[in-house]
Amino acid sequence: MSQHNVDASWPLYEVFVRSSRGLSHVHAGSLHAPDATMALRNARDLYTRRNEGTSVWVVPSDAISSSDPDSKGGFFESSQGKAFRHATYYTKSEGVKHL
Amino acid sequence: MSTTSIHSDAPVADLDEQRAGQERFDQIIAEDSRIEPSDWMPEGYRKTLVRQMSQHAHSEIIGMQPEANWITRAPSLKRKMILMAKVQDEAGHGLYLYSATETLGVPREELVRQLLDGEAKYSSIFNYPAMTWADVGAIGWLVDGAAIQNQVPLCRASFAPYGRAMVRICKEESFHQRQGWEILYELSHGTPEQKAMAQDAVNRFYGPALQMFGPPDDDSPNSQQSMAWNIKRFSNDELRQRFVDMIVPQAEALGLTLPDPDLKWNEERGHYDFGELDWDEFMSVIKGKGPCNVQRMQHRRAAHENGAWVREAAAAYAEKQARRQQDAADTHLIGA
Amino acid sequence: MSFASSDSATRQSAGNAITPEDIIASENKAPEDVATYAMYLGDDALILAQRLGYWISRAPEMEEDVALANIAQDQLGHARFLLSYAGSAWGKTEDELAYFRDTHEFYSCRLVEQENGDFGQTIARQLIFATYQYELFSRLVDSKDETLAAVAAKALKEVMYHLDHAAQWTLRLGDGTEESHRRMQEGLYYMWPYVDELFADDDLLRDLADRGIAVLPSTLRESFDQRIQPIIEQATLEIPDVAGAFGGDRSGRFSEHRGHILGEMQVLARQFPGATW
Repeated sequence: MSQHNVDASWPLYEVFVRSSRGLSHVHAGSLHAPDATMALRNARDLYTRRNEGTSVWVVPSDAISSSDPDSKGGFFESSQGKAFRHATYYTKSEGVKHL
Repeated sequence: MSTTSIHSDAPVADLDEQRAGQERFDQIIAEDSRIEPSDWMPEGYRKTLVRQMSQHAHSEIIGMQPEANWITRAPSLKRKMILMAKVQDEAGHGLYLYSATETLGVPREELVRQLLDGEAKYSSIFNYPAMTWADVGAIGWLVDGAAIQNQVPLCRASFAPYGRAMVRICKEESFHQRQGWEILYELSHGTPEQKAMAQDAVNRFYGPALQMFGPPDDDSPNSQQSMAWNIKRFSNDELRQRFVDMIVPQAEALGLTLPDPDLKWNEERGHYDFGELDWDEFMSVIKGKGPCNVQRMQHRRAAHENGAWVREAAAAYAEKQARRQQDAADTHLIGA
Repeated sequence: MSFASSDSATRQSAGNAITPEDIIASENKAPEDVATYAMYLGDDALILAQRLGYWISRAPEMEEDVALANIAQDQLGHARFLLSYAGSAWGKTEDELAYFRDTHEFYSCRLVEQENGDFGQTIARQLIFATYQYELFSRLVDSKDETLAAVAAKALKEVMYHLDHAAQWTLRLGDGTEESHRRMQEGLYYMWPYVDELFADDDLLRDLADRGIAVLPSTLRESFDQRIQPIIEQATLEIPDVAGAFGGDRSGRFSEHRGHILGEMQVLARQFPGATW
């Protein structure tokens, strides 16, 4: 979102928090900050007040590209009906150990 | 994420697309699934959400004031600490809700402008003063208690960012109501003066807290639509009844009474009956005649205006830094 | 009590960090001189928390309400640790010390008593005080008094963030707009006369420092200057060329503000002496 800089409004950042070592960063929400340095600090203050995080990412909201929701059918259709990509598709080996 | 094209003020050529969008929207609602910001949605749905969510955000931010009023005078260091954490949470909750609202394409700056210009409303309960320390307890117990009653079903609101914000808020807020009840408990088990202070606070906040659920269902024309859209899950009166049923035993545990002579258990209904609320007062507070309407707005405006130079400075610094980095990169290119 | 070993106090999980309740429950009793020193430090933290608490709902941006509230809670936490420990010398609670001492019985430095002013003035106070506290706690973690060392270990980590917060804002206000530069510089000028007092020694401090319990404030000055100068310079600001304000030294001479601060803070507790809340 490229807001015109009236009243010096601060840009929007998306915040991702890793709750403990070994896990992925998960989207926690967003906030406003003048720059990335302050965005990180604001994210720490806003999204980890109760020990929720061990690591925080911030990303300018307008740097995120997302898939078009209205092309849902096309975009995600291909992976539908391809059960052979899943282990459960292969039933002959049932009862055989370590397979 | 932030914004995407979700407006339905589309040219005629897009009518098919709109019809398809409406169908998918209806289907998602029928399945009780969730709408994401980038999904097509009817303009009325979007407007309703922007109004409701921003009012909710404004209420959190304005709602900081009555309690913040007592931070410097809290009667013990532990209570001071808890109160700071609670008012801080309210700022946080306001921020969660503003950012959830922003996903609908309205920047926070605009939402704040609507609040400061008096175009947007906030919960009228915050136009009552926190006169005594016991009011801090009553606000926690009754006002936050009513808010939680409202908010828990909103965790399942069809608009996903709203639901997600509410989940986080409800989790964090679970301590708010308890700490309020505990303040009143200490007072009602303290000196007679302390107990009187607690009773007085409950007397003043009981009615306005019950009004937080909004007007009676017969006078609440928008509720039907909100329920059809799975934004609202229970009617105003249903939520109010649940709240009354919940607080009666809690008041007994406090050793305090609720100021309603008509309050009594109705065996047949399996609920407490309670008296008519003063809706004239409610309307007049909404219209700006509450004890603190002017003060609350003035406080918020002052914070915003006094902070303008700071926000400008930070933005200017960020711009300078970006330029410096660019210059450094250019120099590097030339040098290479 | 195991909390007093700095090992357990430095564990990362908040669940294991020491709490004021640990100190209250502890059987470690402070000797009177150590208790007085704990009040020096605790009163500073308490008054600063009181000052910062006023910002909540008034900050320049809502994100900053949250940030200042965090710092205020950290400081109040330090105050609770230190006053609880101090109280153990005389069988008093943190609240008895906070609410039922009179103005002349407090030990707070004048810097923390200064008015918030605008955000620039508050940040100036934060920058000076956080730098001082950072140097102080960096050394107090080695105190021979177990409780003080444990408190310092917890406080140090929090103060590192306060210093970062103040430095980031000093940079942005100093090197932001013309107006912010002017206000930030004025803030520094307003607060700077109260810097010297932070580093003044007295007999109690000398004695406790000799015994490895306290940190002698004068020995922190050099590292304070070295740490704060580059921040101020990078922010395109100047170190105020002003004389230190006369008096103070925690000797019973205090700012005019103290009476107002305590008047407000103590009013309710004193209406109901002996009450529980």
